[in-house]
Amino acid sequence: MKALSSLLRSRETGILLALVILIVVTCTINPRFVFSTDGWRDLWITPSILLVLAVGESFVIITKSVDLSVGSIMGLTAFSIGMLSIAWPGLSPIMTFAVGIIIGGLLGFVNGALVAVAKVPGMVITLGTLYAFRGIDVAWAGSRRINASQLNPDLLALGTASIPGIRIPYITVIAVVIVVIAAWYLHNTRSGREFYAIGSAPQAAELYGLPTRSRMLASFIISGACAGLAGVLFAARYGTIASNAGSGYEMQAIGAAVIGGVAIVGGSGTVVGAAIGAFLLATINRALPILGIQDFWQKAVLGVLILGAIILDRVLADRRSRRLVAERLPQ
Amino acid sequence: MTNVTTLTPSALNNAYPASNRPLWKRIFFTPEMAIIGLLILVIVVACLVVPNFADQQTMYYLLMDQMSILFIALPMTMVMITGDIDISVGSMVGLTCSLLGLLYSIGVPFTVAMVIVIIVGCLGGWLNGILVTRITLPALAVTIGTMALFRGIAVGLLGTNAITSFPKPWTDFAKAKLFGTGIPVALLVFLALLAGFTILLHFTSFGRGVYAIGLNAEAAKFSGVNVSSTRTILFILAGGAAALGGIYYTLRYGTARGDVGDGLELQVIAAIVLGGVSVFGGRGAMHGAVAGVVLIGVMSSALRLMGVTADVIKIITGVLLIASVLVGALLTWVGNRRAARRAALQG
Repeated sequence: MKALSSLLRSRETGILLALVILIVVTCTINPRFVFSTDGWRDLWITPSILLVLAVGESFVIITKSVDLSVGSIMGLTAFSIGMLSIAWPGLSPIMTFAVGIIIGGLLGFVNGALVAVAKVPGMVITLGTLYAFRGIDVAWAGSRRINASQLNPDLLALGTASIPGIRIPYITVIAVVIVVIAAWYLHNTRSGREFYAIGSAPQAAELYGLPTRSRMLASFIISGACAGLAGVLFAARYGTIASNAGSGYEMQAIGAAVIGGVAIVGGSGTVVGAAIGAFLLATINRALPILGIQDFWQKAVLGVLILGAIILDRVLADRRSRRLVAERLPQ
Repeated sequence: MTNVTTLTPSALNNAYPASNRPLWKRIFFTPEMAIIGLLILVIVVACLVVPNFADQQTMYYLLMDQMSILFIALPMTMVMITGDIDISVGSMVGLTCSLLGLLYSIGVPFTVAMVIVIIVGCLGGWLNGILVTRITLPALAVTIGTMALFRGIAVGLLGTNAITSFPKPWTDFAKAKLFGTGIPVALLVFLALLAGFTILLHFTSFGRGVYAIGLNAEAAKFSGVNVSSTRTILFILAGGAAALGGIYYTLRYGTARGDVGDGLELQVIAAIVLGGVSVFGGRGAMHGAVAGVVLIGVMSSALRLMGVTADVIKIITGVLLIASVLVGALLTWVGNRRAARRAALQG
């Protein structure tokens, strides 16, 4: 009973409720939003890339840092695996995924190593690598563009296929699996909890003897690897990769995490929340035109949503702390 | 009487390592001066090596390209010294640009439209400031939200339209050169603002308060700095400067669109951090930040003249930014080791 009530009161439930209401309202105006072949498919596939990015970003934000380079890592990885499949047309999709995740992880390692060695805020380093990685991508790609015909057909098939019967795209399945693994790891393992400990009080964590540096490094590698995976998913889904692939995604990923209750000051929030936040963001973009709001205003709505979410978080946190104080006061 | 020994000069020197050095060392051995030195070096090398760099036309376009960033860098430096950050400025440039175009196109006199736009910029900054200080939200989270909000309004106001007719005297003013030299007249506006902001940051109690907040907001509060109002004022100034940048952009290109200034916030922050301002707050100076902006401008313009494409400039901006913080970290590390060794020798 207690578990049920805490589940109902959790931050994630609130954001999930908002998502469900959005879908239901949009659906009553235009049932094709969900109940049509394309609508159903888009409902699931649109958020999936952002979902993966938001999971990786959450690791970094929970550890009290921020990764601005995820969009650039995603673009660079997507282009790399595109070039790779031109060089080796027979490369299997599984290998492509592995290579993408490794490239992303290595780029994330660069971020993490610089942050850990120089002890400068992740924001500055990843602002630098945001430019550097994107610059490498653009310098390498130039005006070239990788087309669907140059990519592995199996990979492209994976990008468009769905589970027969319930018709949920495989890309979404991959994203959800990532969310589940990450959620389990952060919630249940000792090293997962250490990310929260470091994020809520870095100095205390250090004094307590937690391996702060290696966890910081790990958070950036995870974020990079997720961005790499997102790059492969991007290639599989769209089939065309230009040098600007993934630009601007960093702000969406941070926005999704913040809306989902991952506090930007670190130490709290869950990847499930971030994933629902990503789902909400992507779905709002599709829902607005149906709700009669010109799609030019999408970003303004996104802004109001982010501001609303952080103000709500503040109000909830204040109420909680006041209640805790009241409980401890002698009667 | 053993307590007296703790007040010997050497003990005091250890407590305040910065204030016992000679004045010239304190002025010249700073990160800001390192950046200015690097800037001078790059300019000299570029003049010697790059064809057409030492040309009035080059300088004119270089300054014009960096003007919006220069305007915004002034208050942004102060925002960052308090330990806050404002990433909504790029969107505010877009918002003021499209609002200015919209107002003028529906018949509002241009000067009135400019005043309205600057007020809107300040109001946007005020919104950031209120959310950060009254509701005590982190500046990064707030300005990520307002970044999306302002950009959304900017794009929403004009849609896919662009407004391209503006009063010629004003567009001429934005592009005018000083007495036939390569110096844009707009630079004078910037220099006046620079003087104002330098005095505000370095020679007033308000400015000392800005540093105090960045070093320790709690302590600043107890020593009589009005922390909330100082931080709010700085956000308002940042919004106002972004509005000025938006007006400048509109006039220089003679176009108002909603997507103007996209990504500008990161360019401003990168240049300021390169100029020695710490994102943790408490450290940095106006001349360093300006040198950082100009350094990136000079390098981009020199490389472009050498035929290097815009993407390589991005790589260099990124690497330069990372290198500058790495060198800073290295110097701190060396300094700490030296101090430790000296302490060990004395002890």
